Amino acid sequence: MKNKSLLSVLVVGGIIMTGCGNTEEAKKEEKPATEQAQPTAEVDLTTELTAYQQFALEQMDQFLMETENFVKLFKAGDIEGAKAAYAPARMYFERSEPIAESFGDLDPRIDGRLADIQEEGKGEEEWTGYHKLEYALWEENTTAGYETVADQLLADAKELHALVQTVEVTPDLMMTGAVDLLNEVSTSKITGEEEIYSHTDLYDFKANIEGAEKIFEILRPKLEAKDKELVATLDEKFKAVDDLLAQHAIADGGYISYEELTEEHTKALAAAVNQLGEPLSQMGIILE
Amino acid sequence: MTASNDEKWIDKKISRRDMLKLSGIGVAGVAIGASGFGGVMKAMGYGVFEPVADSITARNKVDFYGAHQSGIITPVQTHIYFASLNVLVTSKKELQELFQKWTPLVVRLMNGELIVDLTTNTRIPTGDTGEAEGLDAAYLSITFGVGPSLFDKLGISHLKPAELVDLPHFPKDQLQKEFTGGDLCIQACADDPQVAFHAVRNLVRAASGKVEIKWSQAGFNSFPAGGGTPRNLFAFKDGTVNPAITDDKDLNKVVWVDKGWLKGGSYLVARKIQMHLETWDRTSLKDQEATFGRYRDSGAAFGKTKEFEDFDVEAKDDKGEYVMPDTSHVHLARKSGARILRRSYSYASGVMSNTGAHDAGLLFVSFQKDPAQFTTVQNSLGRMDKMNEYITHRGSAVFACFPGVQKGSYLGEALFNAL
Repeated sequence: MKNKSLLSVLVVGGIIMTGCGNTEEAKKEEKPATEQAQPTAEVDLTTELTAYQQFALEQMDQFLMETENFVKLFKAGDIEGAKAAYAPARMYFERSEPIAESFGDLDPRIDGRLADIQEEGKGEEEWTGYHKLEYALWEENTTAGYETVADQLLADAKELHALVQTVEVTPDLMMTGAVDLLNEVSTSKITGEEEIYSHTDLYDFKANIEGAEKIFEILRPKLEAKDKELVATLDEKFKAVDDLLAQHAIADGGYISYEELTEEHTKALAAAVNQLGEPLSQMGIILE
Repeated sequence: MTASNDEKWIDKKISRRDMLKLSGIGVAGVAIGASGFGGVMKAMGYGVFEPVADSITARNKVDFYGAHQSGIITPVQTHIYFASLNVLVTSKKELQELFQKWTPLVVRLMNGELIVDLTTNTRIPTGDTGEAEGLDAAYLSITFGVGPSLFDKLGISHLKPAELVDLPHFPKDQLQKEFTGGDLCIQACADDPQVAFHAVRNLVRAASGKVEIKWSQAGFNSFPAGGGTPRNLFAFKDGTVNPAITDDKDLNKVVWVDKGWLKGGSYLVARKIQMHLETWDRTSLKDQEATFGRYRDSGAAFGKTKEFEDFDVEAKDDKGEYVMPDTSHVHLARKSGARILRRSYSYASGVMSNTGAHDAGLLFVSFQKDPAQFTTVQNSLGRMDKMNEYITHRGSAVFACFPGVQKGSYLGEALFNAL
């Protein structure tokens, strides 16, 4: 991870490092015994669960920092600066969405779209979070009048960050999470319905895929042992999606506007995601 | 070599490269037999070529194995789900593997069984999507064909029959790209719409990454209680002059190809024809009947009283006028001299977004020995056909449907064995 050094600054002596150390020790002592004595016992995914938890926590650390930065720019009235910080900051959230989502009303408060809020029968005044600021920046071309929304976003991001420290990662959360990330792409990112003002959907798209790929990478050794062909297929299908996305990349790791995509582009992307989703949904075979 | 030795070899996992080498032998002309090949596929984890048999206990079942594919001379079912697919595979070999994988799955579907048995692992999606659970086979037939574009895509143009070309442009065609062409087709017909859809859905899912749906169309047909020819959405009987599905001699003349790898197969023409119901419905009965050249109620040709009574298109009345108007659909079709086996279904797919009119019509499907038979009929209709006022052709495709499959073989084997 590129933010590793930063992470260690943030969490020295914290839960992550302690938890990690414990697991490593425990694994060394227990694993041989487990393998020999109880070959049919429930598959031990301790290492994988810890690795994923660490990944999610790193993402959340980074998300909080980038959100702080975004809010600072926004409140300073730096429209261009805030616009530039918007999509990259959100990618940390999108990558770890299976975790972020597990906290009921925080997800809509941070990531809710006006359409979602209205669907719940709520009024526009109850709309908060990133997408409301997206509206301010791209539709209204202002930051004035949205300061309290920005403050609320930062408060919510802090609350999420605190809650995530306590989250328990389960095998189901990982398996389902990987497929859910793809479903997110298939249902809202590929249709341009996530970022209707900024049209930065491809950033979210990329982050969702990276989030799923991380889960696959963590599970790779277990999958290799069970079904090499599935691993080869997943490698191939992830690459196909990544290659297609790369065609729409611009400098600095960014992506072109969703509006520049033709129907042929979105169709090709959607097909590649669906072809990835089928084999990805088979990762549960390691729990057999 | 003993059987047990065979088993061990089969069970050994082999690499994909080995698999290609092994199957390459088959292509080079050394017969390794169906069971040998099955071993290769089994080691790959495909589980194909343990041929699945037609069930003798399944209810309402159409047989898969036979001289011809099902769904051509099978008595017409009440529902269709027709899918035109693009292939994503790039070699003949990969396509062959796909049809080997599909073949036993198709038999299972036609037996009314799950496409794949359930496993005990609830942490993964089920192999069968499940919506046909509890339903019987519902006379499901599944028909596969290959389109002209397939051969160029896979670099096997030399195997493309000369007859297999895209249909020419016909007068008044308004073809839309999204309903036209395709590398492969799956025609699923059943007496239950969910059974037909389930079949296509699961076959496409089992081929994830190998094919994608280009376009598809659901359709329906309804039969009077006492049997007889179904009526289309213009309320006229459709399919009256079809060859009898029991008349082998006639079918050999009209439907079955008699040469090359397609011997025993047939050409399928699909046309998505929008029918302008609103304009039709404000047309007098007299004009409607003059459009067809038949009476709506009985289905009899003009001047006749019974549906199946033969007629002479050249017959004239005392005043020297054609009994059957020479701009009528049936007059022009008959005059072409060409015959086809029609197996069409009506569709109603909501409303046209640009006009608010019914998006309804006919998924015209016909089988013939040569697509030229259809072209001859369609050219004869030309600009003269009074029907043109009420219909617009929106989609078009032509496919070469494989011959039937013998047990131990697989769909399209003759094509894949052809050099």
